[in-house]
Amino acid sequence: MSTADLLAAVRAAVSAVPDPELRVLTLAELGILRGVSAGDDGGVVVTITPTYLGCPALEVIRADVLAAARAAGAEAVEVVTALSPPWTTDWVSDSARDKLTAVGIAPPPARSSLPLFVLSPGAPDSPQVVDGPPGVGSPHRTRPHRPACPRCRSVDTRELARFGSTACTALWRCLTCREPFDHVKEH
Amino acid sequence: MTRFDSVLRLGDDALVAAQRMAHWCACAPQLEEDVALANIALDLLGQARALLTYAGGIEGAGRDEDRLAYQRDEREFTNALLVELPDADFAVAVVKLLFFATYQNLLYQRLATGADTTLAGIAGKAVKETKYHVEHATRWTLRLGDGTVESRRRAQAAVDGLWPFTHELFEPDPLAPVDPAGLREPWAALVRPVLTRATLVVPDDDWRPTGGRVGLHTEGFGYLLGEMQSVHRAHPGARW
Repeated sequence: MSTADLLAAVRAAVSAVPDPELRVLTLAELGILRGVSAGDDGGVVVTITPTYLGCPALEVIRADVLAAARAAGAEAVEVVTALSPPWTTDWVSDSARDKLTAVGIAPPPARSSLPLFVLSPGAPDSPQVVDGPPGVGSPHRTRPHRPACPRCRSVDTRELARFGSTACTALWRCLTCREPFDHVKEH
Repeated sequence: MTRFDSVLRLGDDALVAAQRMAHWCACAPQLEEDVALANIALDLLGQARALLTYAGGIEGAGRDEDRLAYQRDEREFTNALLVELPDADFAVAVVKLLFFATYQNLLYQRLATGADTTLAGIAGKAVKETKYHVEHATRWTLRLGDGTVESRRRAQAAVDGLWPFTHELFEPDPLAPVDPAGLREPWAALVRPVLTRATLVVPDDDWRPTGGRVGLHTEGFGYLLGEMQSVHRAHPGARW
């Protein structure tokens, strides 16, 4: 196999590796696969980036990437972690957003102006007042938003807890259909 | 002060803060707060890992993150005293997080655009994480301060007890990538309004306990290290 063919095979293989926590998404869709290139010593270098610095899934991701690259024919594989530029939810692909919604997880706020999110006009009942007493909003949040319910698409939703089952999600509830749902936080 | 010392301080601050905060997992007043504080501790631990790894690389003596975290004694740790203080109650944990996360966020903002590209990469990620921590601590400070008589009493006691220890965070260090001395004013400008809105009294600047940066720690720190390092020291070199 030529180097170009090998790199293409490895790229295809590691792109398809599922994320250990959001298993409906591949590493490529989540935006944490940064690149596949030839190393100086003739090996293959796969560059990944963590979502959060302390993301406990990173070790699993590293092992999965290594296994996928080897299965695709690479003998010498190095998995490199790059921190800069920092991962952002803007890198989550559009197809990934649809997949998340389909399994009941509200995707992160839109990169452009997707209709899934309603920007708050900052009214007294605006959604930045989420878990505190009335009138207590975040002093830092400049782009308040609320995700649409992934099940019924209602935008009448409320944040229940700012920290969810994984580092990258928060727990929300739909006030129309009453279902709680995970929401991938803006980051 | 070498570059190693500067990065080590940042790593030690994050590591010790993470260890203290992790104690709240399964002890917080609400189930969701268990999750929240454990998540924050995990963020801090992630920062510590990246910073200690980088510090070890700068030193060039073959010490990795584990060596630095688990095989140093009290006098070799350079974290500020604030992060090692015991959390006497939940209010102390909340107010400490407000003070520390605000400091970290200001520092990381500046490091993220600094000349050291590795630090900039770490800080670029951590700045977003600490912003979330500040928001969380702010909400709880408002709830506790402007809550019941008892919650306000405890929150005020936490503010009064912790405030003197915040000065150490901003001791001048002209050789550091970012001199913390310049952060005291912006820090106070962010923290004071939160305390005031929470109906809490901002203490006067009085005594300034110090020593952490040169390895002189408080009584509780040895116990914290003893617990944190026990598994590693009992089974050196063990692998999962």
